[in-house]
Amino acid sequence: MADEMADRTLTPTHPLADRRRLLAAVADETAGAVRLELEAPVAAVDLRLDPRGTGPAAIAADLGAELPSEPDTWTAHPTGTALRLGPDEWLLTSTAARPEDWEFHLDEVAVAHGGMAVDVSAQRTSLRVRGAARELLSFGCALDLRPAAFPRGRCAQTLLGQSGVLLAAGLDGDVDDLQILVRPSFAAYVADLLVDAAAELVPQPA
Amino acid sequence: MSRVDGYGRIDRSRTVTVTVDGTAYTGHPGDTVASVLLAHGARPQNSSVKYGRPRGIGAAWTEDPVGLVQVEEPFPEPMLLAATVEATDGLVVRGVAGQGRLAEVPDTARYDRKHTHCDVLVVGAGPAGLVAARAAARAGRSVVLVDDRSAAGGTLTGTETIDGRPSLEFVADTVAELAALGVVHLQRTTAFGHYDDGFVLALERRGESARTRQRVHRIRAGRVVVAAGAIERPIAFEDNDRPGVVLAASARDLLHRHGVLAGREVVVFTSDDAAYAAAADLADAGASVRVLDARERAPQAGRRRCEERGVPVETGTLVHGTRGEDRVTAAVVGPDRREVPCDLLLVSGGWNPAAHLASHVGGSLVYDPVIGAFRPAELPPGVTVVGAANGTFALADVLREAGGPEAPVAPAQEWPEPTLVLWRTPGDPARQFVDIARDATVADVERAVGAGMSHPEHVKRYTTIGTAHDQGKTSGIIALGIIAELTGRPIQEVGTTTARPPYTPVAFAALAGRERGDLFDPVRTTALHAWHVAAGAEFEDVGQWQRARHYPRAGEDMTAAVLRECAAVRTSVGIMDASTLGKIDVRGPDAPVLLDRLYTNLMSSLKVGRVRYGVMCGNDGMVFDDGTVLRLAEDRYLVTTTTGNAAAVLDRMEEWLQTEWPDLRVRLTSVTEQWSIAAVAGPRSRDVIGAVFPGVDVSAEAFGFTTWQDTSLDGVPVRLARISFSGELAFEVTVSSPYAPALWERLVEAGAPYGITPYGTETMHVLRAEKGYPIIGQDTDGTVSPHDLGMAWAVSTKKDDFVGKRSYARAENRNPLRKQLVSLLPTDGATKLPEGSQIVAHCDDGRLPPAPVPMLGHVTSSYHSAALARPFALALVKGGRERLGEVVHVPVGDELVAARIGESVLVDPEGARRDG
Repeated sequence: MADEMADRTLTPTHPLADRRRLLAAVADETAGAVRLELEAPVAAVDLRLDPRGTGPAAIAADLGAELPSEPDTWTAHPTGTALRLGPDEWLLTSTAARPEDWEFHLDEVAVAHGGMAVDVSAQRTSLRVRGAARELLSFGCALDLRPAAFPRGRCAQTLLGQSGVLLAAGLDGDVDDLQILVRPSFAAYVADLLVDAAAELVPQPA
Repeated sequence: MSRVDGYGRIDRSRTVTVTVDGTAYTGHPGDTVASVLLAHGARPQNSSVKYGRPRGIGAAWTEDPVGLVQVEEPFPEPMLLAATVEATDGLVVRGVAGQGRLAEVPDTARYDRKHTHCDVLVVGAGPAGLVAARAAARAGRSVVLVDDRSAAGGTLTGTETIDGRPSLEFVADTVAELAALGVVHLQRTTAFGHYDDGFVLALERRGESARTRQRVHRIRAGRVVVAAGAIERPIAFEDNDRPGVVLAASARDLLHRHGVLAGREVVVFTSDDAAYAAAADLADAGASVRVLDARERAPQAGRRRCEERGVPVETGTLVHGTRGEDRVTAAVVGPDRREVPCDLLLVSGGWNPAAHLASHVGGSLVYDPVIGAFRPAELPPGVTVVGAANGTFALADVLREAGGPEAPVAPAQEWPEPTLVLWRTPGDPARQFVDIARDATVADVERAVGAGMSHPEHVKRYTTIGTAHDQGKTSGIIALGIIAELTGRPIQEVGTTTARPPYTPVAFAALAGRERGDLFDPVRTTALHAWHVAAGAEFEDVGQWQRARHYPRAGEDMTAAVLRECAAVRTSVGIMDASTLGKIDVRGPDAPVLLDRLYTNLMSSLKVGRVRYGVMCGNDGMVFDDGTVLRLAEDRYLVTTTTGNAAAVLDRMEEWLQTEWPDLRVRLTSVTEQWSIAAVAGPRSRDVIGAVFPGVDVSAEAFGFTTWQDTSLDGVPVRLARISFSGELAFEVTVSSPYAPALWERLVEAGAPYGITPYGTETMHVLRAEKGYPIIGQDTDGTVSPHDLGMAWAVSTKKDDFVGKRSYARAENRNPLRKQLVSLLPTDGATKLPEGSQIVAHCDDGRLPPAPVPMLGHVTSSYHSAALARPFALALVKGGRERLGEVVHVPVGDELVAARIGESVLVDPEGARRDG
């Protein structure tokens, strides 16, 4: 029995696995006005560094890209993104790294500069809203999400309905879209809220 | 029928049928319930709230104090104004006898809210609002325009001229231009509340055919332009509440908007010029009209228009009262009280600026004796008021004020005659209604003033004037005028009441929006939720979390299921989802210092690889939270908190760190959802863990109590910790949350030979209570210290300081009579004491002494115990530790239940079971 078990691999479950079909149906129901997509999990670390110290440069050298220095902005690096969450806090994501390895590695770099990195890969799950994303989110988010106020490259920690979320604008570039990062425990609520609000984007017979 | 051909913006090619008080009436799209009724010469069967007097339709819009109806179909809604309810096919309403009633059936309609941001919000799409919106949009601003009527245009009837063209053509062109400029233009949308920094709430009535019946727009604007118009002011006279007494401009509005002539024989009683337009228009539409002007001189233009139409004008003439039964049949005129027959008595005492939205944000008002009304004075930054809302009434002036350099033009008013400010005419104050909605008369104001009240806020509360559905839109100013008269002060010294949101009534359902049903409050679920559902769990709410409470089998109630689950943990093995525990990664060279200051016990001495239970207290020394602390490295700890307190604990830690000890090199990260935890508990837990993690030596010697080890499963990192909240041998298995379902399945599979039993929070509560472990928030209430819980051992005496330490030196905290946690065993061995029961001294005669009976304490937790084969309880009892062995009484209903006080630990007090 032990041998049999050793042959298997532990399979991860997406926090919104049971909402996948519900979310996918929105595209058809709104005649393509808006699409809601689950995103594959990525490695993520919460990075804390003194922004005036030597840490940001060291991390930038390691990542191959500068960390965003403006508040509420994100930048891309070769395997993912860096979102500035606070004066001394960034969320780094990577589609290439293994979470525990990345935490160990970035922590090593950060500690040398008085900082730290903590694996938070499972702290958030991600939904991508394409199409009328800003219109859809206006039913639950008080922020000014008009393109001029929240252009590509912006991010914000805010409330969507009654759930805390981290929004990032236009990660894909050419298509207007918003990424919603949310705690897994709140993800089903946020998904249900968005699906309910998406009904407002369903074209009405004249 | 009083429908007039050639008038109104209704669709006469289609009919709608509405049922009022059981009678079906036909109307047309564009009608309101009020216009349909008046078109049929009918009124709702209303009666007033206090005197039961008949009530009709008093005005054509939200200022109507009387025309309330109860909507029955499509969905019951109480006390809406007939003048504001659009006539739709199948609508069923009835008159209101004083008060309406709430629906007794669930509302199936959708309501929601939407956030909108703009540079400029314009409230009101009358001439002022339209040109203000146009000017802003042409200047490149992003503009939102809201208006409460069904179509733009405000009080424009089509008879006016703007830029040399009929006014409604100007309206249509402007609306089209606004659309082309991208203005968000919402009709049927009432801005009902205005808050600081350009925040305005507006209710959009989208109708029954829309997906969402009503929507609250939460608009944040850089600048707010209030162009909400003005409200006509009545004049109080005897029996002015009688149906058929209507505001003059409302009759004109009904004619031009709905093609309805509200009466055939019309008396117009006015002290203002505007009513002459109503007189002329109603005469043109076929009514017999007579004007009684309170002023000594009639305006030249108005008099000429009346003469052209054969409308007699008497000046210096006052209406003193009315005659009639359930509607007016005559006006009582002049001191000789001559009766002038009429079926419609129109009243106009001038105009009040609708500046409510400016007042909501603290804009001040100043009395203007020329218009006899309060107008906006000092305004907060970013707020402007234009047009009639600003006391500018003539169309030409309104356009100039609102439109800036590109303002359209209208002909100037010819030779206006000043308004005569007239609050009431001579007569019996007990029959002169000030607030018709509240049945409040001049006599009521006299009583209030006589009782010593002179401020309008006091008079308002004494008389209820201004507190009805209309919030005193017409009565408020009359009340002020009469207070001024009665107290002999100028009205500007009397002051005003304060306008507060909402401007018009808003249904709670609309405010709730989509926050109802499943979306009422977020339901937080763990990564293992689907497994619990499939396993038939009953859930309980813990904060926003849904946690499995127990897993009943067929035929089991909660008591039976929990007893079975408890027995399984005590005799073999159980498994529980503990993922909801708060988890905080505490990191940095000063992490030991921070934790030493925050916990009552010593955390710096904890060795890497070990776990310690910790208690956190407030400044007052009372227990705030508890949990375990794992030392991961010299500079790193993982702290757990109770489920409900996770955010509060992190906030508190951050607060201390950021505000008191910013010098500490520590950083805190919430990892609550990063890690899922399966608690495997029971004497066979070692077998289960050993089977799933064959590479780990799980023996008591190699893996001691309160230690942790990292391992992996199929390459996925897993942390094992020997932590027990049941007193049994137990392991907590921690894994990154996406892997929790697969790991849980492995544990359940490996436990199958031992009958591994999933157990829920209720079982966990029983197991911990049997061990005397308190639940913070259940066995404590913010007044309980660690010493009260028998946990003096968790309070360090070696540390210089920690949060709460100084409080323990206070005399009260050393009082031996403080309530202390003890167990309580009902002596009959059978009664389960209700939680919350009070505890009193033993009553030897078996009867409760006369009140007041001194309370010794109360029951905090109470369960059936499988291990003890009897019910037991935990309780906070005064001087409890001194009373061990004592029998007390617990009143339960009419019974006194005897119970013996004991040590709080009832099962395995020696701790022999924790190593298996």
